[in-house]
Amino acid sequence: MTQRYETVIGLETHVELATKTKIFCACSTAFGGKPNSHTCPVCTGMPGSLPVLNREVLNAAIAVGLATNCKITRDSRFDRKNYFYPDNPQNYQISQLYAPICTDGHVTITTEAGPKTIRIHEIHMEEDAGKLIHDEWTNTSLVDYNRSGVPLLEIVSEPDMRSAEEVIAYLEKLRMLISYLGASDCKLQEGSMRADINISVRPVGSTTFGTRTEMKNLNSFKAIAHCIAGETERQIELLEMGRSVTQETRRWDENKESSRAMRSKEDAKDYRYFPDPDLPPVHVTEAQLEKAAAGLPEFREEKTERFRKTYGLPEKDIAILTEVRQTADFFEEAGRLSGEPKKTANYLIVELRQLQKERGLDADRIPFSAEHLASLVRMSTDGRISSGAAKQIFAAMFEADVDPESYAETNGLLIVRDDSALDSAVKNAIAANPKAVEDYRSGKKKALGALVGAVMKETRGQADPAEVNKRIIRTLEG
Amino acid sequence: MSDDRVIKEIDDETIDNVSILAKLELDAEERETARCDLGRMLAYIEKMNELDTDGVEPLSHPNSVPNVFREDDPSDRDGTEDSLKNAPLAKDGMYQVPPTFDR
Repeated sequence: MTQRYETVIGLETHVELATKTKIFCACSTAFGGKPNSHTCPVCTGMPGSLPVLNREVLNAAIAVGLATNCKITRDSRFDRKNYFYPDNPQNYQISQLYAPICTDGHVTITTEAGPKTIRIHEIHMEEDAGKLIHDEWTNTSLVDYNRSGVPLLEIVSEPDMRSAEEVIAYLEKLRMLISYLGASDCKLQEGSMRADINISVRPVGSTTFGTRTEMKNLNSFKAIAHCIAGETERQIELLEMGRSVTQETRRWDENKESSRAMRSKEDAKDYRYFPDPDLPPVHVTEAQLEKAAAGLPEFREEKTERFRKTYGLPEKDIAILTEVRQTADFFEEAGRLSGEPKKTANYLIVELRQLQKERGLDADRIPFSAEHLASLVRMSTDGRISSGAAKQIFAAMFEADVDPESYAETNGLLIVRDDSALDSAVKNAIAANPKAVEDYRSGKKKALGALVGAVMKETRGQADPAEVNKRIIRTLEG
Repeated sequence: MSDDRVIKEIDDETIDNVSILAKLELDAEERETARCDLGRMLAYIEKMNELDTDGVEPLSHPNSVPNVFREDDPSDRDGTEDSLKNAPLAKDGMYQVPPTFDR
């Protein structure tokens, strides 16, 4: 009879904070700078340089801690984690081991099976490392320290997850909380959120943990799901063969859908942590905590509830609007300005999403202002543009944030309201199409189409077809 | 306490491990020097154990004022040139180092 196993999973999630400067120096954290342009003596580990903590990093850490129900450590400290590797110019990473800023938190995830609490062991502040590029030509490694010293939060969960579905729900939850806080955009693909996954297996019903492996290099939810399935299978096979799992770090290769052990014995972990004497302890006051708690935003659950009550939108529309906070805020602003929240929501849910998908843009990239969308919604509601024109204007706004009012005018998209111009176009159409007039009078109502077409042509499509129809009939029968 | 007694505690395995962590390759003579130095260091630190520290709070930062912060204002200086002045080798604006295989 075969033994049944369960997978036990804990996560170490690194989140890159969206501060303007690095954690311990004034160098920019912006992407895309030329190599080593965002460096200084501090983030290249020059002797005698002095790191000074970025206030916003602490604020973000406290906010994330509160959002994940953690205890905030009143007297927190930084420690040095020692290791030699070229991406780490100081030969130690400044991190927190003995007194991390947040401890003992939890988040609630929801899966098919219902809600579940995932405990958070701790959250600490630390610095990112530089980037290594292998140079085939000279068989050397090239180092760019632009990312060295970029602030990270490491969020360490308890081993409370049992499936890929739970892991993904947990990461989605963290992403939602942290991006709503504005602390990070949490994009796995771009590396602003990175998860190392600790996996072990044990017989169902067992209360002790099996030996775990740490899986690295997971940069999509798909890779995470594949990796959990693959590693679970590998460990069960070992146990079934009577062998044991080795505690090691393994690198996942999503192309091959397999992993290999990363660190040899030579790289045995012995980080010799000790308090960093360059950085004074961080004391968090009661006032600071109260201020941080008061500054927490309305998160997705509350927002969903409020949108349902205030706007009466369907559940699936609310889900789209609240997926990222930028869209939700944008919707409320444009809806308020236009006085037409439902129509505004439609543009964001249908037209905007379609164009974002076509261009491969993320949902938080809205390339036009709320004022312009509101103005477009009003023009459409007032019947000043046709629905086709509205689509055309929306596309132009998406490209270049044009003002819909002046764009419609320049491109002749406004419906003509000038009665005398319309009347004269009707008169001209009747005079120029005697055959159609005769057909219409003899009962062939379809002949009206030719006359309407002629009017639309003369007004360059700016007339309201329904109005044109009405006026022609009135003229012919009047 | 005699130095000899402590020096004996630094066995070959410890020397191997410490040199791996320090990324040092030691020849036979250097190993003996290191063994001797490490022993002396430990003996020196060992003196601390002679003190009665009951009831003394662990100290991580002597004389330090808590909460020294920097505002989140970026500098716009280009650091490439200054930083690379300290690079023994550079290529394409980057530090050039022996190849790393552990990717």
